[in-house]
Amino acid sequence: MAKVTVDGIEVEVPSGVSVLQACEAAGREIPRFCYHERLSVAGNCRMCLVEVEKAPKPIASCAYPVADGMKVFTDSPMVRNGRRGVMEFLLINHPLDCPICDQGGECDLQDQAVSYGLDHSRYKEEKRAVKDKYMGPLVKTIMTRCIQCTRCVRFATEVAGVPELGATNRGENMEIGTYVEKALTTELSGNLIDICPVGALTSRPYAFVSRPWELRKTDSIDVLDATGTNIRVDTRSGEVLRILPRTNDDVNEEWMADRGRFSFDGLKRRRLDRPWVKVDGKLKPATWAEAFGAIAAKFKGIPGERIGAVAGELADAEAMVVLRDLLEALGSRNLECRTDGAALDASRRDFYTFNTGIAGIEEADALLIIGCNPRTESPVINARICKRVAGGGVPVGFVGPRGLDLTYRHDWLGEGGVTLRALADGTHRFNEVLRGAERPMLILGRDALTRADGAAVLAAAWQVAAQNNMLQADWHGFNMLHHFGGQVAALDLGFVPPAGGAAIAPQIQALWLLGAEVDPAAIPAGAFVVYQGHHGEAAAARADVILPGAAYTEKDATWVNTEGRVQRGRLAVYPPGEAREDWKIIRAASEVLGKRLPYDSLDAVRTRLAAVNPAFGGEGFAPHGCADLAGPAGDATAVTDAAFAPVAGNYWQADVISRASPTMAECAKVYAAPAAALAAE
Amino acid sequence: MALSDKDRIFTNLYGLHGWQLDAARRRGHWDGTKGLIEKGRDWIIEEVKNSGLRGRGGAGFPTGLKWSFMPKQASDRPHYLVVNADESEPGTCKDRDILRHDPHTLVEGCLIAGVAMGAHAGYIYVRGEYYNEHLVLQAAIDEAYAAGLLGPNACGGGWDFDLYVHRGAGAYICGEETALIESLEGKKGMPRLKPPFPAAVGLYGCPSTVNNVETIAVVPTILRRGASWFAGFGRPKNSGTKIFCIQGHVNKPCNVEEEMSIPLRELIEKHAGGVRGGWDNLLAVIPGGSSTPMIPKAVCDDVLMDFDALREHKTGLGTAGVIVMDRSTDLIKAIARLSTFYKHESCGQCTPCREGMGWVKRMMDRMVEGRAEVDEIDVLEQVTRQIEGHTICALADGGVWPVQGLIRHFRPMMEERIAAYKAAKGSPAPTLPMAAE
Repeated sequence: MAKVTVDGIEVEVPSGVSVLQACEAAGREIPRFCYHERLSVAGNCRMCLVEVEKAPKPIASCAYPVADGMKVFTDSPMVRNGRRGVMEFLLINHPLDCPICDQGGECDLQDQAVSYGLDHSRYKEEKRAVKDKYMGPLVKTIMTRCIQCTRCVRFATEVAGVPELGATNRGENMEIGTYVEKALTTELSGNLIDICPVGALTSRPYAFVSRPWELRKTDSIDVLDATGTNIRVDTRSGEVLRILPRTNDDVNEEWMADRGRFSFDGLKRRRLDRPWVKVDGKLKPATWAEAFGAIAAKFKGIPGERIGAVAGELADAEAMVVLRDLLEALGSRNLECRTDGAALDASRRDFYTFNTGIAGIEEADALLIIGCNPRTESPVINARICKRVAGGGVPVGFVGPRGLDLTYRHDWLGEGGVTLRALADGTHRFNEVLRGAERPMLILGRDALTRADGAAVLAAAWQVAAQNNMLQADWHGFNMLHHFGGQVAALDLGFVPPAGGAAIAPQIQALWLLGAEVDPAAIPAGAFVVYQGHHGEAAAARADVILPGAAYTEKDATWVNTEGRVQRGRLAVYPPGEAREDWKIIRAASEVLGKRLPYDSLDAVRTRLAAVNPAFGGEGFAPHGCADLAGPAGDATAVTDAAFAPVAGNYWQADVISRASPTMAECAKVYAAPAAALAAE
Repeated sequence: MALSDKDRIFTNLYGLHGWQLDAARRRGHWDGTKGLIEKGRDWIIEEVKNSGLRGRGGAGFPTGLKWSFMPKQASDRPHYLVVNADESEPGTCKDRDILRHDPHTLVEGCLIAGVAMGAHAGYIYVRGEYYNEHLVLQAAIDEAYAAGLLGPNACGGGWDFDLYVHRGAGAYICGEETALIESLEGKKGMPRLKPPFPAAVGLYGCPSTVNNVETIAVVPTILRRGASWFAGFGRPKNSGTKIFCIQGHVNKPCNVEEEMSIPLRELIEKHAGGVRGGWDNLLAVIPGGSSTPMIPKAVCDDVLMDFDALREHKTGLGTAGVIVMDRSTDLIKAIARLSTFYKHESCGQCTPCREGMGWVKRMMDRMVEGRAEVDEIDVLEQVTRQIEGHTICALADGGVWPVQGLIRHFRPMMEERIAAYKAAKGSPAPTLPMAAE
């Protein structure tokens, strides 16, 4: 610890921290542009200059380590002059086009110019202009505004793991770009917009849409991947205009994946905004009363065991628990949530969650990835792995397709079953690495369980964990990586059929699809299908009755991320048209079906949730060890030789919302296309 | 009193003799090097400290002290010696003559410096434009290897030492020690933040020391002739001999090794044949390479050429590149040219230098014409103060000092220029229409 005096305020800070951190500990604000606490220190903007006793020159506080007994002054004439000078220099070549700049109102340069700058310009020469660069369909560049802080360069290199950005030329002519102009190949490019302190990198879809002070901000949770990214939904007059990440060090730090950030324009397209009823083989618009009437008429004669319900990947916990109770009241346990056919074992929670926790990745000292591409399945978790690998040289073993670019160095062990069996036997060379580690962990992809031998893969992966020191009393190194925000809650609520039962089977006469994209061909020909959801695709087209539900931004709902972390999203906008919150629709249906459920408020539903699974009693995630080494049902030796295929193909269009999004369609077009030949080739 | 020939270290500065190993040996180089190595690292550092040698690259930091910052105990990280031969300071060409005419002084110095800092490898970073010089240097190193003076058990002194030559690509900033290290590592030449200093974290993250060519090249002779011999030249704390590069409006521009603290007038008149048109025709002198502020004739009359005397006059010895300007010189234009140079060579990392150098350059361009207001001289001065001392490295400081020197000593000349412009063309029009127009 070092004692530092900042403007007469004495603070004790750990030795080794920067002067800037000491100043913050003392409650003094230090302006900065290039410094970002999650990136390496560049020290080039020179805005954070402070005076240190006995130092002849002001020092850059972001880069200078504290020393015991140091006396720092953050508001001396030397410091003020320094800041004013730097501010003036930054502004002389800045276009000052704030009125047409999308960063306006949330611009570090604007704010700090007001606080630390001069009130007039002394610059009479010509200003510099810089050609704009193309960085992809999501990031718009106005490079004349760039102040060369290099935050974006460091983000791309250090967090996203794609060293594609850099500075070319020198001095005044220095420009940030991708060297050879091309779209950045990262699923985290939206974060460049957030970290850019000026309006050089702004959101292309959000260009000229709104001003920050016009927006209503609602805290919520992203469900378009299983990370459970904490988000803020910005809305204006009932329309989602943008989505930004919130800081949560345990989950997403302050990053967010592009699909979650940019696919919200899909919320306005292809929406189911009114009930539909199939008449003479054709869906016709209907009223709620007509829709419920059709359901009541059909369900009346069907025995309970012939009714099934399937929950989709984006279903919220409240809707699922109410649907589960409705089916139970009707006498059915034919529930299903694994629309992708993954052989998940819901009998124990640690069989299907990311037990280490996302933050736990930073403690791991060996990592095995099986049948999973974390880069596309959860870019934010992948960034965490990238950070861990860069920080500590952690060995990463990978079982899956060869030549995958995970953005960090990894040891490709093999393609599939053969390698997994060897790892489970303990005969693979990577077993040595795992056994030698104190905190080894593995990540098993959900896709690896969709194969015919999925149960065997799950059992084998558990065996790898159990035999390689991953399951300890205070460390649980077995991790499932899911794809969407609704998948873990469904398993937590036991939304799986009992032994011998099935939700989609020939004897099923009525099927309730809660946003579930079930292949119409799998649905029995004569079955009566109710589709409740917010976007209509093939399953909705097959439905006999469509009930319009709410998307994740349109309801107060509980979500469980891949860790098993319970989080609450909040209603940011009302569902469009006649669409309603999903649990309310089912509650209303229970009434017409004569099985009135006792939930009249969200609180009542949440009380019921906690009763079904105590995990829903509160929010959050508790790190835990593994008390019981017994593995999931399944024969670990039955793993076939087949390779793990990358099932989740198109990152940009993986769910109903992103498939409806023009922005994501553009991304899919740009990134799926083969790279244009370079001039030098 | 001038330096006698027997006290010269660089006895082949003018290339009158061969640069090869046998010729160098005849001049006394590589003599008893084995014995010097065997006396050990502490003795070498102590001798260098006692000699009062200060770095010859411009900053004048005591060399012995710098070497003593290297970790005493070798860890798993190797130590490196890096020699800065990226001589790009306008007005300076001393290292060039060492490289092409007396390379063995440098090669021998590298070995001894390597011993003194526990380094088994040395890198000489040669300015890209010094193509022929690098060929000579490489040939000298090859000769030294062939003669067993470098490599395993170099010179028989029991110390393994390898020496490599690396050519730069022509950036002034790569003469800054940490930018040089970055460039040597294969990265863009941009100065690093300090601390950590290179002696702790330098080349490839290992303890390193960067020294100027001349600093390293004089060390063997100092050790052979004794610290007190070297310390006997010049004033206290400014001791030794130094190569001065005299150019500009003198009758015989030259490089000359002279005693430190020699009066500037004596230096010019004795070695450079005096100022063109006589001493009274002198207008100003830039005493230490383009980065140092100029001094007017009144100061030149009796100033001594050493670190401390020049500092008293708010300039510096720098690299001792003496640029002499007589009364025919357009000083404003001369300094504007230097501003153009520094704008061009700024690496672009720090805001004040990146943005400020262009501003200074453009204002100086207008000052040359006189197309400015008188109070803009104050703005110019303030801008240079805003740049100075606010950046990672010293390029920005060196880039604005010439302008400060001009304003300090020749402000009336600038005001006259402005008045003349106004008289001829009226008040200057705004350079740019305002946004609202």
